[in-house]
Amino acid sequence: MGYVAIADRDHEVEHHDPQTFISKYVWSQDHKVIAIQYGCTAIFVGVIALVLSAMMRLQLGFPDTFSFINPENYYQIVTMHGMIMVIYLLTALFLGGFGNYLIPLMVGSRDMVFPYLNMLSYWVYLVSVIILLISFFVPGGSTGAGWTLYPPQAIAQGTPGVDWGILLMLASLGVFIVAFTMGGLNYVTTVLQARCRGMTLMRMPLSVWGIFIATILGLLAFPALLVSAIMMLFDKTLATSFFMPAISSMGVDPGHTGGSPILFQHLFWFFGHPEVYIVALPAFGIVSDLLSTHARKNIFGYRMMVWAIIAIGGLSFIVWAHHMYVSGMNPYFGFFFATTTLIIAVPTALKVYNWVLTLWEGNIHLRVPMLFAIGFVFTFIHGGLTGLFLGNVTIDLPLSDTYFVVAHFHMVMGVSPVLVVFGAIYHWWPKITGRMYNETLGKWHFWMTFLGTYSIYLPMHYLGFQGVPRRYFAMGNTDFMPASAQDLNAFITMAALFVAVTQVLFFLNVIISLRSGKKADPNPWDATTLEWQTPDTPPKHGNWGHDLPECHRWAYDYSVPGYKDDFIPQNVPASDEAPADRQHGVEEH
Amino acid sequence: MEIGLIVLATMLAALLGWLLRQSFNTQPWVAGAAAEADHQAPFNARPKLVALTTFLAVATSFFALILSAYSLRMELGDWVPMTEPSILWTNTVVLILASVVFQWTRNHAVNGNVARIKPGLLLTGALTTAFLAGQWLAWQELNASGQYITVNPSNAFFFLLTGVHGLHILGGMYVWGRATVRTFGGQEMDAVKHSVELCTIYWHFLLLVWLVLFGLMLST
Repeated sequence: MGYVAIADRDHEVEHHDPQTFISKYVWSQDHKVIAIQYGCTAIFVGVIALVLSAMMRLQLGFPDTFSFINPENYYQIVTMHGMIMVIYLLTALFLGGFGNYLIPLMVGSRDMVFPYLNMLSYWVYLVSVIILLISFFVPGGSTGAGWTLYPPQAIAQGTPGVDWGILLMLASLGVFIVAFTMGGLNYVTTVLQARCRGMTLMRMPLSVWGIFIATILGLLAFPALLVSAIMMLFDKTLATSFFMPAISSMGVDPGHTGGSPILFQHLFWFFGHPEVYIVALPAFGIVSDLLSTHARKNIFGYRMMVWAIIAIGGLSFIVWAHHMYVSGMNPYFGFFFATTTLIIAVPTALKVYNWVLTLWEGNIHLRVPMLFAIGFVFTFIHGGLTGLFLGNVTIDLPLSDTYFVVAHFHMVMGVSPVLVVFGAIYHWWPKITGRMYNETLGKWHFWMTFLGTYSIYLPMHYLGFQGVPRRYFAMGNTDFMPASAQDLNAFITMAALFVAVTQVLFFLNVIISLRSGKKADPNPWDATTLEWQTPDTPPKHGNWGHDLPECHRWAYDYSVPGYKDDFIPQNVPASDEAPADRQHGVEEH
Repeated sequence: MEIGLIVLATMLAALLGWLLRQSFNTQPWVAGAAAEADHQAPFNARPKLVALTTFLAVATSFFALILSAYSLRMELGDWVPMTEPSILWTNTVVLILASVVFQWTRNHAVNGNVARIKPGLLLTGALTTAFLAGQWLAWQELNASGQYITVNPSNAFFFLLTGVHGLHILGGMYVWGRATVRTFGGQEMDAVKHSVELCTIYWHFLLLVWLVLFGLMLST
């Protein structure tokens, strides 16, 4: 039997048009509604994590001032901030949110291949979020083990939340991984099987490539977290000794013998490092599309960009131990992991060059999404460069556990992806809602966020060089730090509060746009990719009306010489390009 | 971590090789290039098969990582090899039989030999249930002889590995149950046939996983 693309089989995948409000907006199987549900939930927990970070900064900037922050709940705040931001916000938003919304639209499909599984994925994710939030209210509060949950202290007496918090944390992670796996199977299968006619892999927009490879990374890496969570649950509830050495804490002997905390670190970072790229690769892809669209220029080195994404994904599995230099390891291992870590800089730098070269001589429109995309290039280069420092064992050892590390990873996987999240929301907002937002408000939002985050994290590098340690509730009388370090800390806190407050502009913009925004043009940015070519804006259930689109070209036909418009959508056949006077030679054959 | 790394590297290499074939030497910027008409046909496969394959990759990663932990933990001083209950040999034979019968059922289903599907499915179900019961008995035996989960890390790994393997089989039993119900409900053979095919692959996979786990536990 010859191959028939799923897209061409009539209703092989059933698409019942939802009838009631409930089936349309609550128990919805439409990938767009699920994407919005994912996005809203993720942003909701993200705001909680933002408030937590503000509380953390209040304590660090003005110690002994706020009575509601004590050492115990400080650690709980730090832990929950990290865990929520990395997993429940960024992973869920990029893959569950943008992945869900963009994949079917960009590859020209009516929906995900398994809509029911997709719906289940969201609801299971919601359960994991609820379990996570419940842990704030159980006796003893949420866990304070740090987002890395290192044993033995994660489950040893004396750590905040050791009774219930850690159990709920591990359970929530397990449930999240189930949700992610259900979603991930959908994304991979949809990309592989449900592309429309003519959409070859190498014609897919880079956003889809980034999300696709990130999903594969997630599918292979999250099991490591699941394994470590299950084993730690065993250690905690059944008193096994996978990770727990013989230990007596607070006068209690829980009966462990001989376990290896290092084993947990290996498992955790085997997940933890790819996780960085699970967040970064979709951001890379989306930024490529934003830069190309708003610079009216094809992406520089498309094939290189695809292969860089794949190479980074592959390499990300063999660098995990660079998080463990200070845990002690054979120097040869250290050398190996330092080498692989620095090699990642090659494909990554390649991407950065290509972004910059895409902008070179482009017809740059500094619209809000473009500002965020260019802002990302800045913060990402910045965070990447400090990564070169930390990738070297000898430089990492003194800098480890200082603010330098905090500054590094916040630049590279905090600020950078969040800028992309905002850029992407502003970029696709007209398609998602059918309305425009206030451009001025958006620009204010960008500049205050961009400059604000720089004033948070730039000084942190300096404090790190001074040796100011991270994770400390209060510095106390430490001689090696000048008194001015505290002044700088206070400044950072002010900047952090400023950035937190300015995010109100974003929500304000969202509300105003939803209430009274101008009706959006179907393709306001003159973009080429398929999601802008839908018959309805916002796209209806089934996306494409009666006929599926056909793809005739790659996603980056901007400013093609000799054509009237400065863009040719992917679904325009080669013969209908409305050229002034020329055709490509190749297609005449 | 070597085991996990090698398994993952193999899977990534397979993916990479496939991607290379798809993308090497294409020039996507040339509109309407020669490949225009052929909608790319990567696997000539069905979406459920792709999803199952992807899931098997996830499960492989999961088991490989536990085995990595096993080999790392084994090197530490307090490891005492445990004596596996002899009932595991019987269980292994039962699981092999289940796989064989499933394959037999699948072959008949593919050839449209509808009459053989019902007994085949029932027999597979019975054998698989017997395997799970046998694993449960092995646990009971260990507990009865004082070999609790906490006695030694090798015991802990035994319970962990058999437990997660059993859970995977239970998940398979859910799909098996749906296929069986549909078969006896007189549904179209085509849909059932497809489920049976996919279940068979899953059963073979779990048999393979069990043989690796069992071999490793016997040898250490």
